[in-house]
Amino acid sequence: MTNEDLKIYLDQNFPEATITEGPQYIEMTVNPAVLFETASKLKKSTETQFDYLICLTGVDYPDCFGIIYHIESTKFRHTMVLKVKTADRVEPAIDTLTEVWQTAKYHEREVYDLLGVKFNNHTDLRRLFLEDGWGFPLRKDYVDEVRIIQR
Amino acid sequence: MSEIKEILINSDNLETDEYSVNMGPQHPSTHGVLRLLVTLEGEKVLNVKPYIGYIHSGIEKMCESLAYNQIIHLTDRMDYLSAHMNNEAVCLCVENALQVEVPDRVKYIRTIMDELMRISSHQLWWSAYGMDMGAQTALFYGMRDREMILDIFEETFGARITLNYNTPGGVMFDIHPNFQKRVKEFTKYFRKILPEYDRLLSGNIIFTERTKNNGFLTVEDAIAYGVTGPSGRASGFSCDVRKHHPYSAYPFVKFNEILATEGDTFARYYCRILEMYESLNIIEQLIDNIPEGDYAVKLKGVVKLPEGEYYQRVETSKGDFGVFIVSDGKKNPYRVKFRSPGFSNLFALNSMVKGYKIADLIAIMGSLDLVIPDIDR
Repeated sequence: MTNEDLKIYLDQNFPEATITEGPQYIEMTVNPAVLFETASKLKKSTETQFDYLICLTGVDYPDCFGIIYHIESTKFRHTMVLKVKTADRVEPAIDTLTEVWQTAKYHEREVYDLLGVKFNNHTDLRRLFLEDGWGFPLRKDYVDEVRIIQR
Repeated sequence: MSEIKEILINSDNLETDEYSVNMGPQHPSTHGVLRLLVTLEGEKVLNVKPYIGYIHSGIEKMCESLAYNQIIHLTDRMDYLSAHMNNEAVCLCVENALQVEVPDRVKYIRTIMDELMRISSHQLWWSAYGMDMGAQTALFYGMRDREMILDIFEETFGARITLNYNTPGGVMFDIHPNFQKRVKEFTKYFRKILPEYDRLLSGNIIFTERTKNNGFLTVEDAIAYGVTGPSGRASGFSCDVRKHHPYSAYPFVKFNEILATEGDTFARYYCRILEMYESLNIIEQLIDNIPEGDYAVKLKGVVKLPEGEYYQRVETSKGDFGVFIVSDGKKNPYRVKFRSPGFSNLFALNSMVKGYKIADLIAIMGSLDLVIPDIDR
């Protein structure tokens, strides 16, 4: 599907999501409550078949945490961006997508390690790079007076 | 003493237990600081858990306080064997965001460099893999031929591995007058030498016994785990970014995507050998046709990206490398994420080695071509 077709398809099938056209890909923002459902639908639907999770990124936006999934269909070769946002800064948590895309398990561990976003129902949510009790360096309010020089 | 004798005689009393062994962080076959917690039953591998982060350098955090043309120099240090492709990914991302069209000359130069880098990376991998499998000669052969490429790099860029040749809008300076001549000499030489690699390793009975029919990865698993590059293509997962999302001069050249269906260790090995032939094909198509023109578009000294989110994929020698930039319109990016191929490839290891012997673990892990700084970032 081309970007235009994809946008029409998503508009029809996910009326509650916010769908915008980014510089390269169609971006769809969904509510955390329906994330798992949406992702499984995107993967299983015969028209989209998004079976390959390219990249999973966690971003600390000024007003919320965003988790961004770049997904591609290996059959149709179309790519889109799935986004989910949570405004909770104390105990941010969203559903894991390990059951949809296996590789999400490790990308989610990385996000948890560096950004402190928890993933519900994750089977192995441990820190990946850093020690326990380090803090979450990719948060914008992270302070480390020893190692980071502010300019 | 008599008790032990009794136990040994009535061997039914003997119980085997699972036990766990740490492989690494300093182990010659990991080629870096990677720790694998291997659960064994006798010699059989039951489970492998990778522990990473020993050389985590926080590149993504560092990028948040650097300008765009400074970020490029950090990407070298991730996968140092695909340094040029990593640089290119950031440059392409910035150029796309600014909607700058680079001259054809730049595209041609970048693509030739990509392919030279890919050959040199596969040569190093081939040498080291041979050594892992006990064939010391492979190391010397591979290094000898790789030296020619590094000399070409040195002449044009003044650097041998971390090139830093790309800048947003083009390349740092024009190619050396000798460049085309030397590249042609190299392709001619290497075409003659490549079959020798086959004779030395690919057909070697000791080598094939260790690599054929083990470490299977199905195409479904390859897609689910996001295993890309030659490792993914050996399972039949068509994931060549050059083919599906062409960039630079790849739309102008004809080449085949190397695909295999076996998905075993030998298929992963042989995909890389065949890729070297394809890289030579690409270089030969381009080297005589480098168009005249500028080698860079003049951009402002301080590059500022318009607000938005940009993603760029390139095919490095390890697989699908991605750069994701979130810009808020300032001179530093708001957030940078590098999608490194090694990271996804490593975590598929467990599904490949289950049930095989511990000696196979070395063969299987080597066939993934892991570079640890690429995983740890």
